[in-house]
Amino acid sequence: MASVFPRFLAALFALAALAISPAFADGVFPQRPIKLVVPWGAGGGTDAIARTLGLLIERDLGKPVNVMNITGGSGVMGHQTVAMAAPDGYTIGLITAEITMMHHQGLTKLSGDSYTTLGLVNIDPAAVQVRADSPYKTIQDLVAAIKANPGKLKASGTARGGSWHLSLYGMLKAMGVDPLTVPWVPSMSNNAALLDLVAGGVDIVAGSHPEARALIDAGKVRSLAIMDDEPSKLFPKVPTLKSATGTHWESGVFRGIAAPKGLPKAVEERLAAAVKTAYESPEFKQFMDSRGFGRVWRDPKAFADHMAKVDAESGALMKSTGLVK
Amino acid sequence: MDPVHTAFALVFDPYVLVVILASAFYGLFIGAIPGLTATMATALLVPVTFFMPPIPAVAAIVTATAMAIFSGDIPGALMRIPGTPASAAYADEAYAMTKKGQAELVLGAGLVFSVIGGLIGTTILVFAAPSLAEVALKFSSFEYFWLVVLGLTCAIFIASDNLAKGFASLTLGLLVATVGMENPAAYPRYTFDRPELAGGITLIPMLVGLFAVSEILRFAVSTAPTLKLEQDRFGSIFRGQWKLLKQYPMATVRGSLLGTAVGALPGAGADIAAWISYAVSKKFSKTPEKFGTGHVEGIVESGAANNSALSGAWIPALVFGIPGDSITAIAIGVLYLKNMNPGPTIFMENPQNIYAVFIVFFIAQLLMLPLGWIAIKTYKQVLKVPRNVLMPLILLFCTVGAFAINNSVFDIGVMLAFGVLGWLLEANRFPVAPVILGAVLGHMLEENFITSMIKADGNVWSFFERPIAGTLGVVTLLVWMVPIVLRLSRKGRVAHG
Repeated sequence: MASVFPRFLAALFALAALAISPAFADGVFPQRPIKLVVPWGAGGGTDAIARTLGLLIERDLGKPVNVMNITGGSGVMGHQTVAMAAPDGYTIGLITAEITMMHHQGLTKLSGDSYTTLGLVNIDPAAVQVRADSPYKTIQDLVAAIKANPGKLKASGTARGGSWHLSLYGMLKAMGVDPLTVPWVPSMSNNAALLDLVAGGVDIVAGSHPEARALIDAGKVRSLAIMDDEPSKLFPKVPTLKSATGTHWESGVFRGIAAPKGLPKAVEERLAAAVKTAYESPEFKQFMDSRGFGRVWRDPKAFADHMAKVDAESGALMKSTGLVK
Repeated sequence: MDPVHTAFALVFDPYVLVVILASAFYGLFIGAIPGLTATMATALLVPVTFFMPPIPAVAAIVTATAMAIFSGDIPGALMRIPGTPASAAYADEAYAMTKKGQAELVLGAGLVFSVIGGLIGTTILVFAAPSLAEVALKFSSFEYFWLVVLGLTCAIFIASDNLAKGFASLTLGLLVATVGMENPAAYPRYTFDRPELAGGITLIPMLVGLFAVSEILRFAVSTAPTLKLEQDRFGSIFRGQWKLLKQYPMATVRGSLLGTAVGALPGAGADIAAWISYAVSKKFSKTPEKFGTGHVEGIVESGAANNSALSGAWIPALVFGIPGDSITAIAIGVLYLKNMNPGPTIFMENPQNIYAVFIVFFIAQLLMLPLGWIAIKTYKQVLKVPRNVLMPLILLFCTVGAFAINNSVFDIGVMLAFGVLGWLLEANRFPVAPVILGAVLGHMLEENFITSMIKADGNVWSFFERPIAGTLGVVTLLVWMVPIVLRLSRKGRVAHG
C-alpha cells in the first residue's frame, strides 16, 4: 500500500501536466487526449454509438478519446459546447438531427453551418407503425382511413415538432393529405409512444425500426412502410414508401462527427480520416448491425449538404404546418 | 441456454459478486451514519455505476439500499438518532428498549425481521411483476393519469401528519416540475433564456440538496452536544429471535405484505411503509398500551415492512416505469442508462437481465445476516469519526455527484439552493418527501392529462370510459372523499352529542 501511493501521485501529476501543457502543440496532431461530446444522456442509442466510435478513433489516433455527455436543453447544451470549443481538434462531438430543427424553433442560433463536418456515420429512416390487431394492413389502408375520417386517427412518436413528427407530416404532405387531419400526441420517447399504441391510446406511431424492434418482434406492433429508398436491414419485408405508394419521401434521423468551425486544415483531414477508418472497421459494423442502427457513410462535404437539405425541408414543413411562426 | 441459467451465470461472476459485497459494505456504512439516508446512498452510487455493465450497476444499487435501510436502525436504537427516515418510525421504541438493557434483542429483531420482510417482498416481486407486465400493456395515458393522481394523493395523505403542510410541499414539487420545455407543447417555461434550465431542474442535484445538504446545514447550526453510547456491552444478537417469530407470526406476515403493497404504491415507499406498519401493529396488538415503552412487537412488524417495501417499490418501477419511492426514482434512471428500459418490454427484451436482478435481490437479503452482524459489532468504531470531519466530506461527495450528472456547474448551484430550501422546510416541519414526488410525477401528471385530452378531443368523460381508468378514477375520488366524510360525520356527532 505504502509503495503504491507515491506512484499513483506521480502518475496523477504527470497526467495533469500533460492536460494543461500547450507546449506540445507544434508536433503532429494529436498530442493529447481528445474530448468527444455527446449532447444526449449516457446509455441511449446516440451515446452507445459515440462510445463505440470513440474507442475506434482512439485506436487510429493513438491518443485517448474521452466521451463526455453534456445533456440538457433538449440537446442544445451539448451541441453548443462543440460549436463554442477552441478549434484545435481536441474537442469534437457527435451531432444529431436536432441541430437542423432547433434554430427554427428559436432554441439556439446554431445550425449545421456552425460546425466543421468530419463524417456522417448513421441514418435511421422513419417508418410508420400501427397496432398488430389494427385493420390497417398496408400504408394505403391507413391513408384511406385518414382521408375518410379527418381528425379521428391520432399519431405519436416524439415531442411536438420533433423529428418523427416532421417525418410523418412530410410523408402525408407528399401524398397529398393535409397533415393537420392527423392530430399529433406528444410523447417523451418513442418507447412511450409505442406502449401507448399497444394500449390503444394512439393509432399511428412514427419512428425508426430499431426503436420499434422489441414490440414488432413480440407481435404487438406492425410496421407498414419505411420512408427510405431501401428496405431496412432489421425488417426487409416492410415495403419502402416508394414501392408501396409511388410517393417519394425520405426522412430519418442522422448522427455524425463534427468539430468547431475554423479547424486547421491538417487537423481536419487527420480527424476526418480517423472517423472514416473507424466507420469502416469491422467492430463498428458489428456493433451497428447488432443494435439495428442504419450504417450510412457521408464524407464531410456530403454530410454538410445532407444537413442543409434536411434543414431546408424541416423549416418549410414546420412553417407550413404551423409548428413555428 | 434459457434465461434463468443465463441470469445465474450473469450474477455468479466474480466481478458482480465483488461489486455486491463492496456495495453491501458501502450501504451499511452510509445507512449507519446518522443523517445519511438510503436515498443518499443510492444517489451517490449513480456516478460510480456509469462505468459498470448493467447487472453489476443495478446490483450495486439494490444491495446498497437494502443494507442502508437496515443499518439505519442501528444509530436509531442505540442513540435515538435514526439513520434513515424509515427507521425514524420506531427509533423511540428501540431506544426505550436499549435503556432497558435489551439492545441486542432490538437490534437482532431489526436485522432478522428486515431479512424476512425483504425475502417475502422479493418473492412477491418475482411472481407478481411478470403477470403485472401483461396488465401494464393495457395502460394508456388515461390509466397513467389516474395512477399518478393516486400516487400524489397518497403522498400527502400518508407522508405527513399535517395535511396542509404535505399539500404545500407537494405543490412546491409540482411547480419545480413545470420548469423547462419538456412539456407537451415543447414551450419553454421559467427558463429565463438559460439553456441549462431548458431541460428542467435535474432531479438528482435537487434530491441531494433536499436530503443531504439540508442535513449538513442542520448539523452546522446545531448546538446540541454529541450523544454518548448508552450501553457498552453486547450480548448475542440472534438469541431470542426464533421465539419472537413464533410469538408474532401475524405481525411479520402483515408487515411484509403491507410493506410490499405500500412500497408498490407510487409515492409511498419504505419510509411511509414503516410508519403505517407501526400504526397498524399498534392498532391490532393485544397489548397496545405497551407501545412506546420499549415493546418489540412494533419493531418486528415495521422492520419487516420497511425492507419488504424496498422490493415492492420495484414492481411499478420495473413494470410501469413509475418510481415507488425516491430510491427507485434514481434506480429507474440507472436502468435507462444501462438500456434496461423499464416497462413491459423489460421482460421481453433480454429477460435474463431482469432475472439476474431478482437473484441479486435474494442475495442482498441473505447477505444482510452476516454483514448486519458485523455492522452492529463494529458500529462503535464508526461512531468515533468526528462529525465535524465527516460532514465536510459528505458535502464534497454531494458536490461531485451533482456535477457528474450533467457535467454542469449549474447543477451544483441547484443542489445548494435546494439544500437551503430543504433545511428551511424541515425546520418549519414541512415534509420534504412530497417535494421530490411532485417534481418526479409532475411531468407525468401534465403529459398524461394533456395527451389524454388530445386523444379524446377534449372530452373529460374519456378519463372514465376505459375499464381500468374508470376504476382507478373512482378509487381516487373515493380516497379524496374519505377525510371529508369523516370530518363531516365527526362534526355531526359533536353537534348531536
